[in-house]
Amino acid sequence: MIRFLFAAVFSALALPALAEVKIAEVTSPGGIKAWLVEEHGIPFTALELRFRGGTSLDAPDRRGAVMLMAALLEEGADGLDSKGFAERREELAARIGFDANADAVTVSVQMLTENRDEVVKLLKSALINPRFDQDAIDRVKGQIQSIIQSQATSPDDIGREAMDAALYGDHPYGSSDLGTAESAAALTRDDLLAAKAATMARDRLYVSVVGDITGEELGKLIDGLLGDLPATGTPLPGPVTPAFAGGVTVVPFDTPQSVILFGQPGVPWQDPDYYPAYVLNQILGGGGFTARLMTEVREKRGLTYGVSTDLVNMDLADSWQGSLASSNEKAAEAVTVIREVWADVAANGVTAEELEAAKTYMTGSYPLRFDGNDNIARILVGMQMDGFPIDYPAHRNEKIEAVTLEDVKRVARERMKPDQLTFTIVGRPAGLGSTN
Amino acid sequence: MLRLSCGLALGLLAAPAALSSAAFADEVTTFTLDNGMQAVVIEDHRAPVVTHMVWYRAGSADERRGTSGIAHFLEHLMFKGTDAVPDGQFSQIVEAQGGYDNAFTSSDQTAYFQRLAADRLELVMRMEADRMRNLTLTEEDVATEREVILEERAQRIDSSPEALFSEQMDAAQYLNHPYGTPNIGWRAEMAALSRQDALDWYGLYYAPNNAILIVAGDVDPAEVKALAEKYYAPLAPSAGVPERARPAEPPQLAERRLSFSDPNIAQPYVTRRYLAPERDAGAQEEAAALVFLAALLGGNAQTSLLSRALTFEQKIAVSAGAGYDATSLDDTTFGLYAVPAPGVSLSTVEAAMDKVLDDLLKNGVDPAQFARLKTQMKAELIYRRDNVGDLAEDYGAALTSGLTIADVEAWPDVLQKVTAEDVITVARKVLDRRHAVTGWAMRTGAEEKLP
Repeated sequence: MIRFLFAAVFSALALPALAEVKIAEVTSPGGIKAWLVEEHGIPFTALELRFRGGTSLDAPDRRGAVMLMAALLEEGADGLDSKGFAERREELAARIGFDANADAVTVSVQMLTENRDEVVKLLKSALINPRFDQDAIDRVKGQIQSIIQSQATSPDDIGREAMDAALYGDHPYGSSDLGTAESAAALTRDDLLAAKAATMARDRLYVSVVGDITGEELGKLIDGLLGDLPATGTPLPGPVTPAFAGGVTVVPFDTPQSVILFGQPGVPWQDPDYYPAYVLNQILGGGGFTARLMTEVREKRGLTYGVSTDLVNMDLADSWQGSLASSNEKAAEAVTVIREVWADVAANGVTAEELEAAKTYMTGSYPLRFDGNDNIARILVGMQMDGFPIDYPAHRNEKIEAVTLEDVKRVARERMKPDQLTFTIVGRPAGLGSTN
Repeated sequence: MLRLSCGLALGLLAAPAALSSAAFADEVTTFTLDNGMQAVVIEDHRAPVVTHMVWYRAGSADERRGTSGIAHFLEHLMFKGTDAVPDGQFSQIVEAQGGYDNAFTSSDQTAYFQRLAADRLELVMRMEADRMRNLTLTEEDVATEREVILEERAQRIDSSPEALFSEQMDAAQYLNHPYGTPNIGWRAEMAALSRQDALDWYGLYYAPNNAILIVAGDVDPAEVKALAEKYYAPLAPSAGVPERARPAEPPQLAERRLSFSDPNIAQPYVTRRYLAPERDAGAQEEAAALVFLAALLGGNAQTSLLSRALTFEQKIAVSAGAGYDATSLDDTTFGLYAVPAPGVSLSTVEAAMDKVLDDLLKNGVDPAQFARLKTQMKAELIYRRDNVGDLAEDYGAALTSGLTIADVEAWPDVLQKVTAEDVITVARKVLDRRHAVTGWAMRTGAEEKLP
């Protein structure tokens, strides 16, 4: 692979601007809203559910409960134990995935038209009446403990955890949502029931559906599937301002290559500077091969396989972060180059050519994100969570086009904070030590 | 990009048990240009997007000994330039059109692809045809990019004890065949790769008669053919493309066992890989039966045999599974793994794993489990139509692994025809420890002795 694959932290903005994507808002007879794209070309349907809050709703001394709960939703429900549930899913050739992240509990489903009703029945039993059998709890807990143990020797995970702890402190964003070995061990069945009640309620639910289904069919489906969920869950925690103190923190770890994470304060979606900042990030460290950081750190100097930056917009915090890996003997130079690029762009902005290239790329690549029912369903549910209007796809490129060179220069000057650019480095970087 | 943070099971196996299938034939058009370049067009008109790929029948297993990594290095250097598109502008031009481009190298193939608006197909075809024959390389390009591939190796292999061990396992697996050499190359040999090595490789393999064009998306096959005639057909074929007759494996007569320890192995595991047949042109039946064997033993975490026995019933493993990648030019591997629960020894889980294999051979396949797998494979035919990119990769990988278009189209039927008896027959043949490497990965200071 020539190119480092960039993490899709930014996928929430991913929307096709295609005339073909006709998004309809469906309100079920019972009053649950969903976004629907009818696509009858292939006899299957993709369904995405999001419950806002996710692992940030862990009770303070029950870290890991929401994640463990989400992992156990597929481990048996109603009359089916873990094996019975999995066998039924296989018989129906359904794809059902449950997961959780810092902002949501997620449910992803793909089902054939021919047995859609049966899949919905199975899914409903998992959403409404999961068993949380003790032997399943013990087994999945063991798997999560194993992951926690592995993360303790993974430089990427060590770095992420150190950075998050420094940025977010006691806020749920500040610790791993798997919990610690101790907190995970202490979780009980009652904790899982409480975690489910806290997170999986209709007052925080978002639904999108793409595929072989009509609006009327969908209305009935969602009432049947979701109508029995509790009306309300636990209130969300408040926002947090990440503490970017500047400087370098080195976490000593024996590995040939240092993992380098860096970041500074971000720009919220709702901020008038958001689109200029979004275009600026593309030029600075966006997915392209031609971004400033990629050119300076990889193409000219061969200091890394890949470096990228993202505006990271989570529900409760905004930041601007990047990462790379570089051999221990080269890491110091890589950090210097990143600092120089950051300061240079903040002071001098970007060129008209760079801006044009970024805008052409960003507007031209937008439709490419439309590739498959499941992807589109994920995009639509993300749009809803982020509060975008349903006609956003038709207007998104106008917002990019409207960004001027003056906007980008001003936003670079005002929003890029070289002094607050904070580095967390895991490894044995030659010539680098913690500054604070 | 392989990351192990999402679960240990990743990376222990060659590939997950994939129930892959091919497109319906009426969406696929094929043709061959006079210069020998083969083409496949896969239509999907749901969105105005196209994926354009060129695959070369040249991978790391075709490398001359001592130059490991040259196939992958040349892949990187292909982005440097030609007289018509100099100075790394290839990607800039694709990006300026709103497109995305990349490339990858494996044992049996190297492929280049772009994904962009369907009306820009001609542009990327012109540029891809240009760099098939007109690459220019400076010493400086080569020197800097060599640093990049060494960093890539550091990131993907040297920083990961699981990846390092996997490399050692492969080296022990193949006594003579080049699949024992890592794709990315051994570090010392990578560091010595020269501009001339790259140009020699390019001259030998980059020719239309050694390439396959795959275009998937919102396109008209007749228009694709017209464009291919315009840009690819004028390229002269090479007379000297080497036959892909790699050094063959001698009979494997001795079981191999490896013991590996590293301070960063947090979670010990046992893994075993058996030498196994792959899909062959006109003879895909054994490989199809192995796809089922992998799914039965280790496909689903709740219902497959290894999980049931080790994780659910005996509660001695955190997880266990099996994997098999059927598409390969030469003999591939069939893999198993188990991660012991805390306090359980590797020898205990390995013995339990072997007991599962023995029981399957003795008792045969559970008909209900087998029927569910067949149902899932049929459904895959529908789900896979949602992503023509995957279909394009199915064709590309198959056609660069010695298979024909007819083989690709027959594969779903071959899978559906597999019987429970076929699975047992192939299991008896393949699950022979004389052909296998068994590895124990352990944390330094907490090693167990191999039996």
